[in-house]
Amino acid sequence: MTGLATRQRLPPSSRASSRVTDEPPWVRALLIGIALCFFAIFLLIPLIAVFAEALKKGWDTYIASVSTPDSLSAIKLTLFVAAISVPLNLVFGIAAAWSISKFEFCGKRLLISLIDLPFSVSPVISGLIYVLIFGAQSQFGQALREHGFRVLYAAPGIVLATVFVTFPFVARELIPLMQAQGNDEEEAAVMLGANGFMTFFRVTLPNIKWGLMYGLILCNARAMGEFGAVSVVSGHIRGQTNTIPLHVEILYNEYNFAAAFAVASLLALLALLTLCVKSLVEYFRPENARRAAAGEH
Amino acid sequence: MKYPRQFAIALFGAFISAAAITSYADTTLLNVSYDPTREFYQEFNPVFIKHWKEKTNETLTINQSHGGSGKQARAVIDGQDADVVTLALAYDIDALAQRKLIPENWQTRFPQNSAPYTSTIVFLVRKGNPKQIKDWNDLVKPGIGVVTPNPKTSGGARWNYLAAWAYALQQPGGNEAKAKEFVGQLFGNVKVLDTGARGSTTSFVERGIGDVLLAWENEAYLAIKELGPDKFDIVTPSLSILAEPPISIIDKVVDKRGTRKVAQAYLEYLYSPTGQELAAKHYYRPRDEKVAAKYASRFGKVNLITVDKVFGGWGKAQKEHFSDGGVFDQIYEKRK
Repeated sequence: MTGLATRQRLPPSSRASSRVTDEPPWVRALLIGIALCFFAIFLLIPLIAVFAEALKKGWDTYIASVSTPDSLSAIKLTLFVAAISVPLNLVFGIAAAWSISKFEFCGKRLLISLIDLPFSVSPVISGLIYVLIFGAQSQFGQALREHGFRVLYAAPGIVLATVFVTFPFVARELIPLMQAQGNDEEEAAVMLGANGFMTFFRVTLPNIKWGLMYGLILCNARAMGEFGAVSVVSGHIRGQTNTIPLHVEILYNEYNFAAAFAVASLLALLALLTLCVKSLVEYFRPENARRAAAGEH
Repeated sequence: MKYPRQFAIALFGAFISAAAITSYADTTLLNVSYDPTREFYQEFNPVFIKHWKEKTNETLTINQSHGGSGKQARAVIDGQDADVVTLALAYDIDALAQRKLIPENWQTRFPQNSAPYTSTIVFLVRKGNPKQIKDWNDLVKPGIGVVTPNPKTSGGARWNYLAAWAYALQQPGGNEAKAKEFVGQLFGNVKVLDTGARGSTTSFVERGIGDVLLAWENEAYLAIKELGPDKFDIVTPSLSILAEPPISIIDKVVDKRGTRKVAQAYLEYLYSPTGQELAAKHYYRPRDEKVAAKYASRFGKVNLITVDKVFGGWGKAQKEHFSDGGVFDQIYEKRK
């Protein structure tokens, strides 16, 4: 967004020889080279290694290892957890961003810090928090258990931990956006007689939908890939409370390397898919579309 | 206005399908176990399920959870609904008794101190034993890289530690001070301190760290079987420790879930000839004398000491050596 803004401020004719790109060619080549090397060593090679290792013993082994009952149940559970935690964070994220950016109230700064908490706390701690709250050693956990609610070492605990660690993604994406947009359009809508819901669905939501989409994609990627917090509350029961990342660890520890990498490659595929969707979303953002239409590209 | 409604319907659909995933029927048992038993229970469970089906015509599902022994006991304390636990050492099950999940006398409820199979600690070395590691005193020599898990978190590592201690005690002129010095030197040679037995094995065999891995006997044999006999040798030291990985029913859970009968039968079946054969097959030393005799050639001859005799039981050993500020902490602090 900021890159776009600065570029637009420059007169079109001066762009080719602007000061920003005035370095000698070797500096440019060096910088680009370093960036590409870094990218290759830290991102590309590991990614290739995952797929290479996964397919080392051939397609049949690959298919067999991702379709064992335990793997399938891990995939199901991961999708299940994402299907609950992402919509929840959609609602909570919008609510938090809405209240922070559109209203003034006491304790606002505290709320902003709290939203960032899951980013600043280690995931393991996030998991342990839930063990302390819902564990059999706490009064509350004990009471829940007596009424037959299983939170810890079952799907609800995993969902809770995932919601916690993925909470900031949507809110953090929306707050700057909504703050930049200000209240003018909402105020106009209210002046024209729209009620709260109408204002939200017809004015606010269309304005933030791309940012929201982006936040959801990131949120989803993390929800599927979370290891630390989920590991603490999962109980590691095979075929029941193992998500994909936990299942990968188990397979690896059982010397089942091909299967471990096969399942890991699924997760990598999900990540790549997410990135593709993200690029598409960015491409179709209205400002980009408008720019493309105006022949600026 | 159209989109939010569609979205709500999609969300509802996701909830319904998710609910369908989590519901299941049949009798289930959850066995919470430690790291190296994975392969054994993977084979034992289907055999017991078949046996139970034949006997009672009841369809049974057995779920497994594995991890470091101490960590697993902690999970059960925190509310994991384990019907049975099969852990690495009695101390971890004692912790459950302290929290009133099981009675104090749990160890007397099954034969042989509630340990249906035993194991011991051996050395896994690189093929051909290039550093000539034969016994415990070779481990403290300079330049030897030792791999063991952390005794604070791993049951297996506590056995490693106590075996080394016992060895030093039994040497001519051995006493507590000398044993402490010996074990201190040994931990001075430790390259990585993983949290669990399986993590250490992976460090040693996969990542190629160190010259010798202190491992459960069955874990060492499994590593050789899985990764090739051309890469590693097993060295059985002159003296080691009799490791009795105990089992127990979790009374609080089985009474709530109504699974006491099947849980009892499950653990008793470990003592049956079938169970014992399977244990031996996975390199646990069987208790049943007939089965033990049959597989005698499988296990190295070793002089085995017990925790009860040398250390006065697990409670005492734990308090002296592994509690905060205990002997292990003192040794490890000095090293830093």
